[in-house]
Amino acid sequence: MTASADVVGQDRGAPTLDEDQVRSGIAGLWDRAWLNLRTGNLGPLPIIVGEIIVVILFTFTATNFFTAVNFVNLIEQTAGTAMLAYGVVFVLLLGEIDLSIGYLAGIGALIVAELQLPGSGHQMNGIFAMIVAIIACAGIGAVQGSIVAFVGVPSFVVTLGGFLIWQGVILNVLEQRGTIIIQDRWINYTDLYIFGHWEGWLIAAIFTALYPLSVLYKRTVARGTQIARQNWWAFAAITIGIGIAAFGTVAIANHARVIATPEGLPLAGLIIVLFAVLLTFLAKWTTFGRHVYAVGGNAEAARRAGINVPRIRVLVFMISGATAAMGGIIFAAQVNSVALTFPPGNLLLNAIASAVIGGVSLFGGRGEVRGALLGALLIGTLQNGLNTLSVSNGWIYIVTGLVLLGAVTLDTFARRLQARSGR
Amino acid sequence: MSAPTPLLQIRDLTKSFGSVQALSDVDFEVNKGEVMALVGDNGAGKSTLVKCIAGIHPEDSGQILFEGHEVKIHGPKDAAKLGIEVVYQDLALCDNLDVVANMFLGRETNRWEILNEASMEHQTAETLKTLAVTTIRSVRQSVATLSGGQRQSVAVARAVMWNSKLVILDEPTAALGVAQTEQVLELVRRLGQQGLGVILISHNLHDVFETADRITVLRLGRDVGVFDRRTTTQQAIVEAITAGIPTKVSGVTTEEVGV
Repeated sequence: MTASADVVGQDRGAPTLDEDQVRSGIAGLWDRAWLNLRTGNLGPLPIIVGEIIVVILFTFTATNFFTAVNFVNLIEQTAGTAMLAYGVVFVLLLGEIDLSIGYLAGIGALIVAELQLPGSGHQMNGIFAMIVAIIACAGIGAVQGSIVAFVGVPSFVVTLGGFLIWQGVILNVLEQRGTIIIQDRWINYTDLYIFGHWEGWLIAAIFTALYPLSVLYKRTVARGTQIARQNWWAFAAITIGIGIAAFGTVAIANHARVIATPEGLPLAGLIIVLFAVLLTFLAKWTTFGRHVYAVGGNAEAARRAGINVPRIRVLVFMISGATAAMGGIIFAAQVNSVALTFPPGNLLLNAIASAVIGGVSLFGGRGEVRGALLGALLIGTLQNGLNTLSVSNGWIYIVTGLVLLGAVTLDTFARRLQARSGR
Repeated sequence: MSAPTPLLQIRDLTKSFGSVQALSDVDFEVNKGEVMALVGDNGAGKSTLVKCIAGIHPEDSGQILFEGHEVKIHGPKDAAKLGIEVVYQDLALCDNLDVVANMFLGRETNRWEILNEASMEHQTAETLKTLAVTTIRSVRQSVATLSGGQRQSVAVARAVMWNSKLVILDEPTAALGVAQTEQVLELVRRLGQQGLGVILISHNLHDVFETADRITVLRLGRDVGVFDRRTTTQQAIVEAITAGIPTKVSGVTTEEVGV
C-alpha cells in the first residue's frame, strides 16, 4: 500500500487511455459507455441493473410483491438501514470500521423512547427528544473515535467494545422495563408520515431539478475547467433517469391504499434521499470531505500536508454515531416502540453490506454516499421480496450473503480492469 | 567569494539522539537560484539535517539563518511559513485523489468550507505550465494513474506552488527509470533557474553531477566540505564521502565556512 511500491510498478510512462478519442454529442455518449465498460469503470450501474432484475424476478414469482402498498412498506423498511449505511460510508472511506452502530441505533431509539414517555417526569417534545438522542450518539461516536484517533487502538477493537457495551446497556434497561411504547407523533412520523399526493409530486420535482441545477452551477462557476465539461446527452440521460425514479416512486406510492385510506410518499423516503444529497455534498464539495478521502487514501501524506488527521477521525465517528441514532429512531418509529428485539435482524451487517455492495472500499479512500442508498435498496428489496414469497429467514440470509459476495466479486474484477487500463 | 547573503545558512548545527551524535558542528548553506546537493553515506546525517531545516527535529545548538535573519523552526508549519518545502522520498501523495486535489492537499481553496474547484484547477494547470511539466495529460487524472516521474513532478510542483523559496528534495529519483529520472532532473534544474534555492539529497552521484551547482559532503555527522561541481570529479566526491579528508582532495573550493 505504500506509495513507493507503486512507483516501481508504474515505471512505464503514461498509460495510453483512449479518453482523448471520446467524441462529442451522442456518439460521445456511446464512446464513453464503451470506454467505461472496457476499463471497468461501471459506477453504480451494476447495482441499478441488479435492482431492476430483482424487482422483475419477484414481480413474476411473488403475488404480493409488486403492489403499491408493498412499495411504500419497502421504503419504510429500507430507510433505517440506508441511514446507518451512510455513516458506514464515511467510516469505511477512512479505512476504519464501526461495529457499534447496530446497538448505537438501539441507544438512540431508547433515548427518544425514554424522553417521550408520558408521566416519566422528563417527558419532552419528540423533536427535542430526537435532537438529544442524535447528539448523545454523536457524543458516543466522539468518545469511540477519540480512542481510535488519539490512543491508537484499532477501530475494530474499540467499536467491538462499543458493540458489547451498548448491547449490555440496552439489555439492562429493557429487561427491567419491557417494551417501551412510543406515542409521540413527531417521532413516529419519521417513518410513517405520509405526504399528500401533490406534496409528493412537488418533492419529486425538486429532487429531479437538483442534478441539472448542480451541473449548471458548475458550468457557470467553473467555466473553462475540466470539471465543467459535460456531455449533454449523458446529462439528459441522467436527468431523465433521476426523474423517472423520483416521479415513479411518488406515482406508485400515491396509488397505494390500505383498506380505504389513501397512502402516498412516506416521509422516511424523503429523509433518506435528503440525507443522501446532504452527505454527498459534505463528501464531495467540502474541505472536510476532501480530507476524509485524503486520510483514507494515504494517512501519512495527509498528515504531512498539514491535515489534522485525528480531528477528521473523531468527526467521522461522530457522523457514524449520529446516523446510527437517526436510523434507530426510524426503526423504532416503524413499530412505534422499542423492545428487547431491537435492533431488528442483522442491522449492523446489513448496513455494512449496503455500503460495500454500493462500491465503498473496505480499505479506505474509495466510495460514494449514493452507493449506500442503492445498496440498502437492493438488500431491502431482496429481503422484502423473499418475505412476500414466505421464504424462511435462513434462506433470506443465504441469498443476501450470495448477493454481497457477487457484488464485491464483480467490483474486484472491475477494479482489476481499471488498474490494467491505468485508471 | 563575497557572495550575497545565502538564502539559507546553517552554523555549527549539533543534534544528538540520546547518546548518538547525529550532527556535530555542521555548517551548510544554499544560495538563491542554486542547486546544492547534499551527499553522504548512509547514516551521515543528511536526513537529520533536512529534518532540522524542515522543523521536524529541533536542533540542540547552532544557528539557522534564513535570508540573513536568524530563525527558529519549530514545526513543518513554521518551515512552510518561511517558504521552505520538503518533497519526501515516498512522495506523500494520495493515490485516490486527482492531481488538483493533491496539489492543494491540506491547503484547499475554499469559501465557507466549500471547495473552489475552478480556481484550484486553474492554478494547478498554471503551475505545471510554468514548470514545463507537459507529460501530465489531465489535471483531473487520479494520481494512481501517473507514472513515477509524473508523480514526482506533481510532488515537486506542489512544493513550488506555495511561493516557496527553498525546496528540499529527498532522493527524488530513487525508484525511477532512466527516462523518468531525466524528466525529474530537468525539473530540478529548472527550479534553480527560476531563482529558487534547491537542496538535492541523493545517493546517485550521476544525478548530482547532472544538476547540482555545488555539493556538500557529510560524513559521520560532520561536513567534510563544499565542492564546486565544475572543478571537482566524481572520484573526489567518492573519496570525501568514504574517507573524508577534504583538504587533500583536489577541487575543493576554499570557501568552507567557519574555518
